[in-house]
Amino acid sequence: MISRRRLLSLAGASALLAACGSNTGRGGDGQPLRQWYHAYGEPGVQQAVVRYADSYAKVPVTVQWNPGDYDSKLATSLLSGDGPDVFESTPQISSVRAGQLVPLDDVFGDARGDFTESILATHTVDGKIYGVPQAVDMQMLFYRKSLLEKAGVQPPSTVDELIDASRRLTRDGVKGLFAGNDGGGGVLGGPALWSAGLDYVRDHQVGFDDPLAAQAIGKLRELYASGGLLLGAVKDWAEPDAFTQGLAAMQWTGLWAVPAVQKALGDDFGVLPFPRFSGDGKASVPVGAFGAMVNAKSKRIDEAKEFVKFLWIDRTDYQEDFNLSYGFHIPPRRSISEKASKLTSGAAADAVKFVRDNAKASNPPDWTSVMRTAFNDAVSRVVRDGAPADAEIKAAAGKARDELKRLYG
Amino acid sequence: MRHGRAFWLFVGPFAAGLLVFVYVPIGWSLLLSFFDARNTVTPTEFVGLRNYADMLTDAPFLRSLGTFSLFALFIVPLTFVLALALALLVNQISFMKAFFRSVFFLPTACSYVVASLVWKLSIFNGVRFGLANTVLGWFGAEPVAWTVSTSPPWYWLVLVTLRLWLQLGFYLILFLAGLQRIPQHLYEAAWIDGAGRGWQTLRYITLPQLRTTSVAVLLLLLIAAYQAFDEFYNVLGTDRGYPPFARPPLIYLYYTALGSGGQDFGHGSAGAVILTLLIAGVTLLQGRVITR
Repeated sequence: MISRRRLLSLAGASALLAACGSNTGRGGDGQPLRQWYHAYGEPGVQQAVVRYADSYAKVPVTVQWNPGDYDSKLATSLLSGDGPDVFESTPQISSVRAGQLVPLDDVFGDARGDFTESILATHTVDGKIYGVPQAVDMQMLFYRKSLLEKAGVQPPSTVDELIDASRRLTRDGVKGLFAGNDGGGGVLGGPALWSAGLDYVRDHQVGFDDPLAAQAIGKLRELYASGGLLLGAVKDWAEPDAFTQGLAAMQWTGLWAVPAVQKALGDDFGVLPFPRFSGDGKASVPVGAFGAMVNAKSKRIDEAKEFVKFLWIDRTDYQEDFNLSYGFHIPPRRSISEKASKLTSGAAADAVKFVRDNAKASNPPDWTSVMRTAFNDAVSRVVRDGAPADAEIKAAAGKARDELKRLYG
Repeated sequence: MRHGRAFWLFVGPFAAGLLVFVYVPIGWSLLLSFFDARNTVTPTEFVGLRNYADMLTDAPFLRSLGTFSLFALFIVPLTFVLALALALLVNQISFMKAFFRSVFFLPTACSYVVASLVWKLSIFNGVRFGLANTVLGWFGAEPVAWTVSTSPPWYWLVLVTLRLWLQLGFYLILFLAGLQRIPQHLYEAAWIDGAGRGWQTLRYITLPQLRTTSVAVLLLLLIAAYQAFDEFYNVLGTDRGYPPFARPPLIYLYYTALGSGGQDFGHGSAGAVILTLLIAGVTLLQGRVITR
């Protein structure tokens, strides 16, 4: 499951194809294009992507499968000029500004409107698209129907109801909610902002420099202090084990967990977005998608772009196969996700609806590591130490403002 | 002095490796610390001392330096005393000496990552069936979220016991070697002169004779304290990053220089230089105090 977790949670340095070929761009002379993937957890994905690449007739393509710390490996290879030609990642503004990525707007053609807008936005920097989304992942709240019924608790639709539910569901050795071993600060910081109608970054400005943000983050503290959170579970939030083993009545985890939860609990579970906090706020689900990108240092940019177009624009059957035959993802193109039978019922259908109506970028391109560290530190101190939320959020906003000023002037 | 072909044949490869993989990166890092080096290792924008000024006013970085100075103040004497005490005990016993020596040394052979995972996932996990919580349960106590709770900061218990378990054996061996080099006749002479076994010989013979070993052990312990990374990263780090408490300087610099969402080698290198100077300074100071 590590692969899905990384996908959503880490800003990818982008992978590159190791363009070891000294080809000068004429192409077709037998030098293969280099394509990189990180190691997907599900069996069959590696064979599938090799099969896709082999079916490309114009140029031979070598697929490199990269287990381990993909992001660091990719980032290093992007610096070196000896990276892959085509790779999967999520674009970061720093890579774009450093000229490491090739804009791919012209690759999309008419298919552009078919891609889910919120997903496309996560691949857009300064108005240009740098990645063709391959597979959508998202996080949501899982709840155990039978336990809620027994406790007389309704599925929560506001943040206060969520806190109340966690408290009331905590009984008989079962905790109300599991939202990560850090007490929810890591995964729920973003959803808390969105629940109050705020965001990380909005129009190149800090999106959470607002007293409401302190209130929303304060709610996470309330949740933590309520005693209803499971803490220190063996597997962290990305794995559904705490939920399926009955250690918690609700858990924040991801779409990828649906098959495992279904297997363990059958129909005894439902899914929800993170609930609304205040008037302007909205229920939300964090989404992210790895996209296919082209290395600006590749000597064969045009060929690489053509290959990306073939793989993720022209061959819709590959996108469907990639998303639904192995793990459990949502195809980024609506024409595919809407007709996929696996996604028309139960939790999966709900997830598709959430992505349509409640999607927020889990890791927007201009949410840099400096801002993320400042924000996560602040949230952690508020949630775990009970530090005053307004001062902490203000300090984090100040740091984010400096960083945005550096980026956008 | 002229060196022949044989000299370069044997020394050359090693010297070249040292140059390419150690000295050049150190020099390069120093160079990077004076540039705006975001997502590049061949920067062009010279910024002078700005990266240093930024790092020296960066609250989280200063806090991590402060935390780990405190950590060093605590862990260095603790490990030192425990390792010395164990070495004295192991040195005294007359049976199964090799066995005890090996047993205490074994943890040193264990990977930091593996040990961290054992500590985090089985001994000190937060659910009711974790080892520590099971023991607490026998006494009717509620389960404790060892690595999560910040008040009281139980994570220090996890990290310190882990570090002691991993390191103690190594320093024990250093002390044992030192002890075995003390000539037996010194003790015999002392006994004849009427010195009592135990405290008096320890204070006036063993400890002075162990001075060089002690200085080496203190030095290594101090550097190890500031270089903390592995067990902290594996116990407290999550896929969402590292919490703002008990954050070693190296982990902070790692996220600065190589963090997802942007590499910043300029600030990372400046921080590394500052940390190096700090370690060098504290080491010199310590050497001064001890050898006085």
